[in-house]
Parts: sequence; C-alpha cells; structure tokens
Amino acid sequence: MNFAVLQFPASNCDQDAIHGVRTLGHSARYVWHKEHSLGDADAVIVPGGFSYGDYLRCGAIARFSPVMQAVKQFADNGGLVLGVCNGFQVLTEAGLLPGALVRNRDLQFHCEHVFLKTATPDSPFTNKIPAGKILRVPIAHGEGCYFADEETLAKLKANNQILWQYCDANGNLTDKANPNGSLLNIAGVCNDRRNVAGLMPHPERACEPVLGSADGKWIFESLIAALQNKAPAKAA
Amino acid sequence: MKAKIIVTPKKAVVDPQGKTVQGALEQMGYRGIKAVHVGKYLEIELEGDKETARKQLNEAAHKFLSNPVIEDYKLEIE
Repeated sequence: MNFAVLQFPASNCDQDAIHGVRTLGHSARYVWHKEHSLGDADAVIVPGGFSYGDYLRCGAIARFSPVMQAVKQFADNGGLVLGVCNGFQVLTEAGLLPGALVRNRDLQFHCEHVFLKTATPDSPFTNKIPAGKILRVPIAHGEGCYFADEETLAKLKANNQILWQYCDANGNLTDKANPNGSLLNIAGVCNDRRNVAGLMPHPERACEPVLGSADGKWIFESLIAALQNKAPAKAA
Repeated sequence: MKAKIIVTPKKAVVDPQGKTVQGALEQMGYRGIKAVHVGKYLEIELEGDKETARKQLNEAAHKFLSNPVIEDYKLEIE
C-alpha cells in the first residue's frame, strides 16, 4: 500500500510517519504542501509538528495549503486519512473532523507515554487492535484538549465516532489519566463516514519495541487491513 | 482604514489561561475580579470602501481568523 505523508512548513513528525509505515513493509512518500495532487496514494497521513509555527491557531493556516484541496477531494471520495497531533488539529480546522483542539487544561506541554482505550473496533483505524488491549503510546503536545459542544459530543457518542480515550493502565477512564483535559477523555475521533480520523497521541512513535512500545503499529495495521479489503479510492 | 477584530473563547470552552491570569491578579492583591478571559486582538489596515471591507472581513473572521467551534469575534471598522 502507498501512503502519502504531507509536509507543511514546520511539520516535524513526517519522517517518523514515513519510517513507521516502511517498518511495517509498506511504501510511503512525502507530499509537499504546495502540491495539488496526492498521486497514487492509497491513504494519507497528516503528520505532527508545529505547522506555520502554530501561528493564529494550531493548523489554522496549514488547512488552507493547496494540498488540502486534494485531501478534501480524496476524503470526499472515501479515501482514508489519518491525522496525528498537529495533523488532527489541521483536520478539525479544515472541517474534515468535528470539534477542536485547545490549550491543555494545565497549560503545560505534555511529553509522556499515555494509555489508550480503543472505544470501538468498528473503523478502518481500529479494526485490527486486539479486543481489550490497552495501547501505550507517547504524546507531545501543548494544545491537545479536545472540545466539542454538547450536541456534537452526543452525536459522536451515538454514532460511535470516538475511537480512542485516555485511560489508566487498567482501562479506566479517569481524570488522572487525562493528560490535557479533553472532554470525555477523547484522544481521537473519526468523521461520520468513518474514513477520516485524528488522534493526539503518536502511533508512528510506537511502531518498534526499541522505542518503548510497538502498540502504535496496530493503528497502521488496521488501516492496511481496511485498504486491502476495499477497492482503493481514486486520489485527486 | 483600520479594522479591529477581537477574538474571544466561547463561554463553553474551558479557559485555563483566563483562570491563571485571574489567580495571579488575586495573588497580586487586586480584589473584586470575577472572571478573566484571554483572547486575541488583530488590527488589519486596508483600503477600499467600508461596506466591502466589512463583508470581506466578516467572511475572513468567520472562516479563518477565528474558529467558530471555540471562539466568538467582534469586528469594528473605523
């Protein structure tokens, strides 16, 4: 499978995303933010970083980069898109995912491992995660607090669009396990069509045991399995 | 002409910056402070006619300069 990894000015987790995908035996290439086409990409990763210096708001400027037109069309055609950290922020700013990410509740930048509970196996991003498995994945963010209004949160719950939540080692959704104040301990969500997802933690930084955890690979394995089970959407 | 845009967090959004500033003000001895909200202020210098400017900036403010999910904005043109 071919993964396109976007690069905005000041993206800095693009190399890790490329490496993570290649470690799993698939191909990945960089797509510069000014390009108008995603080529033959089967899936798109919007990586972490501080695109445009986080100026104005995180991801607020990157969402208007030319490549995002192609990403929107790719997503409209059912293509799979995964946003990680800043990528999640870009996708919410672009309206491809509901809600928004705001400043961490304690105003501190959190750089640590967290535990994630997978809320539903029913998505191209979670279908291969072993049932009941608590994922250990690193976070590194200052603006990762997930917010959505009451109506949106109710819809996310009803529609099973919450994919991952911060939990303790035993899978309990506690306040202590929530590093940033996200409502409902939400670490990641998908859109209502279930083809676009975003999460604040970095699965690409947890693809090899030498990094302290290889749990992130389950998310990529899910994507790959979903791609292998369907006809690839045409990239714009 | 000059446009002034004030962007503030919506009431429903937790504003830890505001709370922190409030705490600091109280620690510094200022009394009677009921709430603090920290937002953003933009000044945009532009030319052309006022009505077109207002229309354009309202659109820009809604689409880009603020995020309507978490922020409100006020636009003034002088």
